[in-house]
Amino acid sequence: MDKIQNMKNEYQQMVKKTSPNSNLLRDSVRAFWVGGTICAIGQLITNIVKSFGYSKDEASMIATIILVFLGILLTGLDIYDSIGKYAGAGTIVPITGFANSMVSPAIEYKKEGYVFGVGARMFLIAGPVIVYGTITSVIVGIIHYFI
Amino acid sequence: MEYVRAFVVGGAICIIGQILIDKTNLMSGRILVMFVVLGAVLHGIGLYEPIVEFGGAGATVPLPGFGYSLAKGAIQEVEKVGLRGAFTGGLKATAAGITAAILFAFIASLIFNPKAKD
Repeated sequence: MDKIQNMKNEYQQMVKKTSPNSNLLRDSVRAFWVGGTICAIGQLITNIVKSFGYSKDEASMIATIILVFLGILLTGLDIYDSIGKYAGAGTIVPITGFANSMVSPAIEYKKEGYVFGVGARMFLIAGPVIVYGTITSVIVGIIHYFI
Repeated sequence: MEYVRAFVVGGAICIIGQILIDKTNLMSGRILVMFVVLGAVLHGIGLYEPIVEFGGAGATVPLPGFGYSLAKGAIQEVEKVGLRGAFTGGLKATAAGITAAILFAFIASLIFNPKAKD
């Protein structure tokens, strides 16, 4: 059994090495249409919010809240990660993926408690994103001030 | 047409992410960090706003859009109140998204349990 398992693993590695292009094409198509669909849904939500008289920026902000909510709900229901297995970056790159990266470890590490489990692990990926995003924005702001 | 543009622009950004995942050994977390920084820098040099004008949600929903919002907020606040705006503008502009993610993720952790490992 072990031998078969080893052969299987070796074969899988061989496949990975020899056919990266076709996989890349397939993965890219999947990422494209799923990621594109999430963005089109985002556009739809933005337009609906706008129709209630909100400005473009306000509508975009409210749409973000709704998308984050949906991403987290679908993660909780085990649906988002199933789509993710198919779509790869198509579900990671949109803001729903950012929400997913927060809620997944929060649920996963719940057993470590609400402070160091949920509270801390939530920022496993979101933490670095916020840290470097914020630092970059400060630098951009300072440069803008002096130019 | 607006939806097609959002679809194409958003999809294209996801393809870039997919290529990075497939062609490099970068973990998805690093790619998200890169995308946020990239979005902020591109807005700083005036290149992301045209993408947003064209792609709408296709440019704001993916993670570079988060960086764009951070940088845009910082710049707007600097123009309003001066240098200290660089310290408040970014997080102010993105507060809704971050707060929503924290709040909903916490509520979800109360409701949902980890799935059984198979």
